[in-house]
Amino acid sequence: MKIVVCIKQVPDTKGGVKFNPDGTLDRAAMLAIMNPDDKAGLEAALRLKDQYGAEVTVLTMGLPKATDVLREAIAMGADKGILVTDRVLGGADTWATSTTIAGAIRNLEYDLIITGRQAIDGDTAQVGPQIAEHLQIPVISYAQDIKVDGNTVTVQRQYDDRYHVLEVQMPCLITALSELNEPRYMTPGGIFDACRSEITTWGRADLKDVDDSNLGLAGSPTKIAKASDKVRKGAGEKVVPDSPEDAVAYIVGKFKEKHVI
Amino acid sequence: MDFTLSKEHEMARTLFREFAEKEVKPLAQEVDETEVFPRGTVDKMAKYGFLGIPVPKEYGGQGCDPLTYAMCVEELSKVCGTTGVIVSAHTSLCIDPIMTYGTEEQKQKYVVPLAKGEKLGAFGLTEPGAGTDAQGQQTKAVLDGDEWVLNGSKCFITNGKEADVYIVIAVTGKVEKRGRIQKEISAFIVEKGTPGFSFGTKENKMGIRGSSTYELIFTDCRIPKENLLGQKGKGFAIAMHTLDGGRIGIAAQALGIAEGALETTIAYVKERKQFGRSIAQFQNTQFQLADMATKVEAAQLLVYKAAMAKATQKVYSVEAAKAKLYAAEVAMEVTTKCVQLHGGYGYIREYDVERMMRDAKITEIYEGTSEVQRMVISGALLK
Repeated sequence: MKIVVCIKQVPDTKGGVKFNPDGTLDRAAMLAIMNPDDKAGLEAALRLKDQYGAEVTVLTMGLPKATDVLREAIAMGADKGILVTDRVLGGADTWATSTTIAGAIRNLEYDLIITGRQAIDGDTAQVGPQIAEHLQIPVISYAQDIKVDGNTVTVQRQYDDRYHVLEVQMPCLITALSELNEPRYMTPGGIFDACRSEITTWGRADLKDVDDSNLGLAGSPTKIAKASDKVRKGAGEKVVPDSPEDAVAYIVGKFKEKHVI
Repeated sequence: MDFTLSKEHEMARTLFREFAEKEVKPLAQEVDETEVFPRGTVDKMAKYGFLGIPVPKEYGGQGCDPLTYAMCVEELSKVCGTTGVIVSAHTSLCIDPIMTYGTEEQKQKYVVPLAKGEKLGAFGLTEPGAGTDAQGQQTKAVLDGDEWVLNGSKCFITNGKEADVYIVIAVTGKVEKRGRIQKEISAFIVEKGTPGFSFGTKENKMGIRGSSTYELIFTDCRIPKENLLGQKGKGFAIAMHTLDGGRIGIAAQALGIAEGALETTIAYVKERKQFGRSIAQFQNTQFQLADMATKVEAAQLLVYKAAMAKATQKVYSVEAAKAKLYAAEVAMEVTTKCVQLHGGYGYIREYDVERMMRDAKITEIYEGTSEVQRMVISGALLK
């Protein structure tokens, strides 16, 4: 089985989002990480590799610095990494991005493509399904469980209050949720191997069957009028103590943790 | 001279830090309180290759360098001194001497499962009457046919009852050196479960309380002749060389404890308010933090230098001794000051710095006291 996992390097939004004066993301001020949904997708691919044997290729589009997440993926167990980078591809919206990635994937043999549901820097959830459209293969989004039997993939697709069980023939594309699994750690030896392994770099000329009018900033129909961070109220923490005494002990513990008392 | 870490070392640090924060830190207080060996954590570390970091891949290891290993012990010790020393004793004191002095058969039989983390290692040199004076060994090994017969005991052995493979130093006879009769000392590999090999009391310690520290007892314990490690009579040199490497691990542990205490204290002084402002706003706090951060960084440079020396030099005793001496003393000083900056809370068990101060003390004692490190360093100066 050949699996392609699309991953993205995103700013870590855990400590809040920082903006440039012009409203765009200040990426330099935030730590760069592998997008959490993509990491779950990678873990799903690595589990399929462990279980059935597979070749896992990770692919990302971005600046040369995005090789960091490819190396992280290889250190976790992926077999090879491909970086798609070119000045003319910069400023892409989801349409231009999916066009680019599909153009790159057309060079590869694949049975299964896994992407994350959405990236934490844009929250669009559009790129995965769009890649499937470009490649004219079936897509199942919001996967919370993936099983493979022969050429058939069985996926649980998550909804708010239920899930659907869907069967699909490969080749197909699945978008993964971060709840899908707990991604494994890298290994020290994997890191050393990853840093020595060659990352394939492709530019515009390597993309197959794509039109320049659909690439980069010029090929992006989306125009961002304004960007803002989500209002973070915090969901709070729901605790169901067994007794009033437990409730008091819990609250007092929290006060102590914050050095209030 | 470039002090920038390579990409792989940066990535390795990220890995160790993430693992320590998620898997080790939440258990640190409980491990200390209950003195229960963190077997679950050890199993997870085995799964991710942390128990064979500097071991070549052909022997089941990760194929990384001593610096990566030191960084692993450092990051683990930042949150839990117990977990740091488990990895250090296993890697430096058990795997390393077999890799350095073992036969190919011994490496295949012992290093492979140790490096994969299927087995845990320990090292027995210290005896009730042979601490700093390591020549004062009483444990004896006598060759009887195809077997060595061990009698005696070892004390204060890290990973004591939890290990599967033990390096044991014992007296195998007498030799004349420069006109004086001396003990001939040799090294052996002993497996848990060998008849005649049992465990004595578990030590109730001040710090690193989750590490299993036991007495090893040998009563007519018969091991195969081929379990002699290195040449007969070279046991003292093997032990001393092993401790040179071990000291880098303990120096990394001390460094980690100091860094952990400093990090915790920086967060605390920003939150703790007295006289209407955070105590971080007092110059006394600021100056103490500055001094501590400077010493911690100096310790880190010495530890990393020693680790790099192990990778590139045949002899690195002085580098290891300097790293351990300085890092251990910095750990003790920093943790003590961090407790002071915490005030009364620093003396309370539920605050991490209380545990860190107790954990720090042992780094000035085991694998050669600070006084022994001074002897090693000055010995090289006055040679």
